[in-house]
Amino acid sequence: MSTTVPLIEARNVWKRYGDNVVLERLNLRIDAGEFCAVVGASGCGKTTFLRMVLGEEPPDKGAILLDGQPLRMEPDSERGIVFQRYSVFPHLTVLANVMLARELKESKLVGRLFGARRRAAEEEALTLLAQVGLASAQRRYPSELSGGMQQRLALAQSLIARPRILLLDEPFGALDPGIRHDMHVLVTDLWQAHKLTVLMITHDLKEGFALGTRLFVFDKVRADPQEPNAYGANVTYDLPLNRHSPVLAPA
Amino acid sequence: MKRLINLRPQRATAITLALLPFVLVLLAYVSFSSERLAANPNDKLLPAVTSIGAAIERMALVPSKRSGELLWWVDTAASLRRLTTAVAISAAIGLVVGITLGALPLFSAGLSPFVASVSMIPPMAVLPILFIVFGLGELSKVVLIVFGIAPVIARDIQGRVREIPRELIVKAQTLGASTWLVILRVVLPLALPRLIDAVRLSLGAAWLFLIAAEAIAATDGLGYRIFLVRRYLAMDVILPYVLWITLLAYTMDRVLRFVSRKAFPWHNMGASV
Repeated sequence: MSTTVPLIEARNVWKRYGDNVVLERLNLRIDAGEFCAVVGASGCGKTTFLRMVLGEEPPDKGAILLDGQPLRMEPDSERGIVFQRYSVFPHLTVLANVMLARELKESKLVGRLFGARRRAAEEEALTLLAQVGLASAQRRYPSELSGGMQQRLALAQSLIARPRILLLDEPFGALDPGIRHDMHVLVTDLWQAHKLTVLMITHDLKEGFALGTRLFVFDKVRADPQEPNAYGANVTYDLPLNRHSPVLAPA
Repeated sequence: MKRLINLRPQRATAITLALLPFVLVLLAYVSFSSERLAANPNDKLLPAVTSIGAAIERMALVPSKRSGELLWWVDTAASLRRLTTAVAISAAIGLVVGITLGALPLFSAGLSPFVASVSMIPPMAVLPILFIVFGLGELSKVVLIVFGIAPVIARDIQGRVREIPRELIVKAQTLGASTWLVILRVVLPLALPRLIDAVRLSLGAAWLFLIAAEAIAATDGLGYRIFLVRRYLAMDVILPYVLWITLLAYTMDRVLRFVSRKAFPWHNMGASV
């Protein structure tokens, strides 16, 4: 653990839905530049934790801190997200999907750019599309793209907003193994090129080991067989991984 | 032999099948009509196709003796003006209210039960109130149609907006969108094709309220004419008017569908992202 203020810190976080305790006494620290993979069984609170970092859910107890300050309890452009599905806007072309963040930021009233500013945004969007390998698809609509291409688009779209933290919620879970491997290479490149801090939920342990600089395993520490929901999950393993070597073997 | 559920018609077969019911109804009409006319040449109930043709000519091409107007076209223009005005107003109200209720929980909590209750009031029951308040002119007819279909459109849009995946709304916020921009750049464009669908579905009701209002108090309009000539059992006018109304309604529906396909190519691509 570093002595500086971590980028993200969870302090004694509890979360319950009704009688179902999802997370209990969760403590963790994530430094800037880390690539954290979170694995665990279904229903162990991985996604709940991600939603809390996103600001969609408040913790019941404890606090989540960003740079040592309490997190803003609604999504904003500090934290980008790629979901497993519904990550891109069906009514916008590929290019417009990527340009959207700049239009939203630079034009607060109408959310659209014109003239030179529009061309500047287009240029940046095209650069990002080239990075994710979608330059030739810029005029198409998302529904004309394959699942892998949609996730590439979602990554480019998030990155143009320059988030400090990129949250990935099982982003490659619905993809074929071969495509998934291409996406691993891409997301590693993007993580390094954009100096991101990444928090990735996955249910694929191998994917977690392949991509992360650190691996969190969420699981229940205590279990009551009569009342399986009485205790919540916690970080049971926090493994620092050595990933400087080309560990990306095909999944 | 395949199962019935798997049998699909070829294009030519499909067209033939589509025309078949129309042809059958027409043939049935002609045969019943000639049967009745053979028994009584003055029968007014099922006029011959030729006398319907003569009536159309009289209404559409010959100026009326009383006013010098071509009644068919005067009626059509009056009805279409009322209908399109009312539908446009209803669509605007429905869109604004629907998006507000669908996208903003605070507004929804305050207004949803109210809108749901208002949409349950039978519009025809308040027609007398409209006549009393707005008089017998154009306004009360337009208000009746708006009263009848705007709440339905609003509730439909509200439902559609709520169906927008939560992920998209969150995503827009992570890209820096304010509430206003989420609505302007995400919710509104996703709701617009739904609005056209909702308007298409409510056109039937709009015509119903239009004809009803015209039947009760008007001096022109398609509904007015039908109810006027009913006194003389003038089936030779009523039947072509009904067919004309049907054709107008059908054309509107097709035009809206065409607009939807041209303006929102992504909407009809099938895959839901």
